[in-house]
Amino acid sequence: MEGIKISNVSFSYENGFLAVDDVSLQIDSGENIAIVGQNGAGKTTFVKMFNGLLRPQQGTILVDGENTSDQTVAQLSKKVGYVFQNPGDQIFNRTVFDEIAYTLRYRKLPESEVEEKVMDAAELCGVTDDLKLNPYDLPFSLRKFVTIASVIAMGAKYIILDEPTAGQDLVGLERQRSIILELLKRGKTVVTITHDMEFVAENFERVVVMTDKKIIADDTCSEIFWNFEILEKSAIKQLPVSILAGRLGLNKKIVHIDQLIDCLERG
Amino acid sequence: MKALEVRNVSYRYPIGKSTVLEDISLTVDRGDFVAVIGRNGSGKTTLCNILRGFIPGFHKGKFQGEVFVEGRNIDEMSMGEIAIKIGFVFQNPFIQVSGVKKTVFNEVAYGLENLGIERDEIIPRVTSILEELKISELADKHPIDLSGGQRQRIALASVLVMDPDILIIDEPTSQLDPQGTEKVFEIIRLLKEKNKTIILVEHKMDLISEYANRVILLDDKRIIFDDKTENVLTNEAVPNHGVNLPQIAKVGLAYEKRTGKKLKRIPTTIDNAVSVFKELLQEEASDGRN
Repeated sequence: MEGIKISNVSFSYENGFLAVDDVSLQIDSGENIAIVGQNGAGKTTFVKMFNGLLRPQQGTILVDGENTSDQTVAQLSKKVGYVFQNPGDQIFNRTVFDEIAYTLRYRKLPESEVEEKVMDAAELCGVTDDLKLNPYDLPFSLRKFVTIASVIAMGAKYIILDEPTAGQDLVGLERQRSIILELLKRGKTVVTITHDMEFVAENFERVVVMTDKKIIADDTCSEIFWNFEILEKSAIKQLPVSILAGRLGLNKKIVHIDQLIDCLERG
Repeated sequence: MKALEVRNVSYRYPIGKSTVLEDISLTVDRGDFVAVIGRNGSGKTTLCNILRGFIPGFHKGKFQGEVFVEGRNIDEMSMGEIAIKIGFVFQNPFIQVSGVKKTVFNEVAYGLENLGIERDEIIPRVTSILEELKISELADKHPIDLSGGQRQRIALASVLVMDPDILIIDEPTSQLDPQGTEKVFEIIRLLKEKNKTIILVEHKMDLISEYANRVILLDDKRIIFDDKTENVLTNEAVPNHGVNLPQIAKVGLAYEKRTGKKLKRIPTTIDNAVSVFKELLQEEASDGRN
């Protein structure tokens, strides 16, 4: 029963544009999944259906066995938290603290509890020093962490991160990694949309590839990054380390630097 | 010929508490493809704004030092003169798109229109730039309906259509998928072939290592490194400044660390790495036979 079960969902926008076409996916509780694919493949549309921000015209989505069509976004958001791709779509409060606290206060939690949850999420996302600032005075990369903190503070069990790696430096990427690890440790399920394939290879076991409104692959990194048909269809480039391994004629599906060096050492 | 020169520039934003850049000097030659890297908040965008004259022209604050564009002091140039010389692609495509034009085509044409160029000349120029960027199919769309990645390409198109000699491009690929990113780099490479001068702010080191000929690393208000790409992007100190090394360089460095062997050089591009490791494997094979 636990998990998100998506069965044959399709979604078209009001102008008739079909963005997701008959897609099914099973996400188990506690999983750590990456969704990759071209701009316009339907990734964001797909995940926005998990918490009811968009409603599929066909198919069903069950979250922990309950059909999302019977629930409001407010109800669903207690279980499924979505972090927008563009922080500007999400942020509207005057201080970082108020932004992270917003939903908690809306839910009428006692202020002491609000503060505790805000501080926890802020610490995890590295924005404790910025709590009194206006979110719009922060650079894009930090604003993104504010939006992640807001969603974490809401306590949802399923957390969807939409392109958290965009525009991040090494420090930001490492923070993303530690956020994901900590969420998993807390028993959360994390779904991450990203274009950063090195980040994918380093952090995810399971990778879902979307192309042209559909899921075309759902497999491990080494299978995906060595399946040339999938790579071509989804316009994903092999990782530099994989290209190098291929050109050196190493007969392994290498996706990590350590694997390559192991192979080189053995000659 | 010097395309840009910065002499002893320091800057502090009006509301900021501390200095963003302190006593920066650099020279960019015509035809250079310089990548500016550094952690978020290290002053990369500020440096771009200074090179374009938005600082101290548009943003106030405390500015010291001098900037020269093709040998002329930027202070003596009008915003219009600078705009013709230097194309500037903003980091945030939502800023660049004017908001007053109802189609992508007219949006891209806006700058040319503003220069008083006739419609008969504007149409072919815009058409060809849209083709080059492979966004012709967006021509009739409303800019508001575009995705972040599409907007990024429109922003780039509206600058390229002006055909400036110097281009300052601030994170043009942050919203793009790997293929779109590669396309942008291909376009930038073509611009370099046309002997344009390019200053690019980017986080994608794998691509910088393949395309740029020089790298400037900013941190702690200063220029930490300013050297050939292969010298900067093999330096193990780079990650201490919040910036990743290209994956290929990491392979070389990790190989040396693990095996204790010394490579001929730390590669930064895939071609380099193939030749370095092929040679190594051959040497080892022949040592094995002897």
